Amino acid sequence: MKLAPGLEFPRAGTVTVAGEKVTKPVKIAGMAFQAPTLLPWRTTLENLLLPLEIVEPYRSQMRSRKVEFAARARNLLTSVGLRDQGEKFPWELSGGMQQRTSLCRALIHEPQLLMLDEPFGALDAFTREELWCVIRDLQAASKITVILVTHDLREAVFLADRVFVMSQRPGRIVVERKIDLPRPRDLEVTFTSEFTDIVHELRSHIVKARQ
Amino acid sequence: MNRTALLIRLSPWLFTIGLFVVWEAAVHIFKIPVFFLPPPSAIAQAFVDYSGPLARNSWITLQTTLIGFALAVGFGMLLGLLVGWSRAIYAGLYPLMIGFNAIPKVALVPILVLWFGIGFVPAVLTAFLISFFPIVVNVATGLATIEPELEDVLKALGASKLDIMRKVGIPRTLPYFFGSLKVAITLAFVGSVISESVASNYGIGNLMLQAQAQFQVPLIFAGLVVLAIEGIVMYAAMAILEKRMTGWAQRSGFAQA
Repeated sequence: MKLAPGLEFPRAGTVTVAGEKVTKPVKIAGMAFQAPTLLPWRTTLENLLLPLEIVEPYRSQMRSRKVEFAARARNLLTSVGLRDQGEKFPWELSGGMQQRTSLCRALIHEPQLLMLDEPFGALDAFTREELWCVIRDLQAASKITVILVTHDLREAVFLADRVFVMSQRPGRIVVERKIDLPRPRDLEVTFTSEFTDIVHELRSHIVKARQ
Repeated sequence: MNRTALLIRLSPWLFTIGLFVVWEAAVHIFKIPVFFLPPPSAIAQAFVDYSGPLARNSWITLQTTLIGFALAVGFGMLLGLLVGWSRAIYAGLYPLMIGFNAIPKVALVPILVLWFGIGFVPAVLTAFLISFFPIVVNVATGLATIEPELEDVLKALGASKLDIMRKVGIPRTLPYFFGSLKVAITLAFVGSVISESVASNYGIGNLMLQAQAQFQVPLIFAGLVVLAIEGIVMYAAMAILEKRMTGWAQRSGFAQA
């Protein structure tokens, strides 16, 4: 999570993002975590605009294109089911809504690389599945690279093209598994035997890695 | 407004009036001499008799305090940001500041007099020196407690340290900062009055010292009352400012309950 966007650097080996060796923060990344980490003094809409106040070229256009940016933020909110919630403060939203906002903030500057660290971990099962679909659709629309860290095997299999199973301390890649389920994937796919077989297979790798 | 709410609104006034009533009664019942503990009625009389000097000197004390306080706010905010900016500066300055804060400020007044002569300047500086510490500590605390995840989000966007400070650090610090102003303003009064009573010809501190020399005990108490009122008014002003500037941080029902 920290190596890919260039927040930390490897002691051995190299990290390559978009064909370039990572030596400083990559600037094309968006990040979202298990906690929404929204700024309580900003409205939801203002929270979304935060990345635009930092990333160029938006940063220097913030004044002249403010209206356009706000419209973009509103569209993004609508796309995750938060229409007309922009004027509310984050603490007036439910946990699921805050997490959606956090995802929007990670996407507003159209990053090429989206880093998600258990973003649905704290949500209830139904909201989680809803947000799976949100991520699935956002990725299908923009074709960006998403790196998702999760403990939820169903989540991994449903969303990913490739799943890497890692061991705990030291974190090593135990196995890589390609997921060939056809896209677009519907939630119904999670109830097929094909899907459950992959989940089972991954689970057995993890059980082995934990021993 | 229901009865409980009305009672809560009135209770500060009822308690204050109650204190003065008990005080007045106690002085009469136990026949306490006026030069030992004057009753509130005698203090009120002193207010009438010395309204001119009281008004003049309380105005001077208020000005002294506010200038010292303003210096403390500016300097405290800057130093707090500096201390919060880097761990090395924090580690280096903290023992010095704690040591400095441990020095009783009344002990500094003679030095200030040596440098600046008696009067206005030492009083302003004493008010400043005594009140900047809580501001520094609070601003630095606000910066030190930024969530690391939020820092990562911004760094991954290529934000500089200054960006993080402006977008997150400073707004996040404001509730701590405004909270500290309530402490600092009361301390500033302590500072200016200490200095006035040791080394000045003006101000409420000096007035009380003169009243003591002339054994005008009700006037001494009138001076105390003036200080209490000024303290309450300024504290309330800071509290209102805090509420207006950082309403987002005061949404808990805990303190209201």
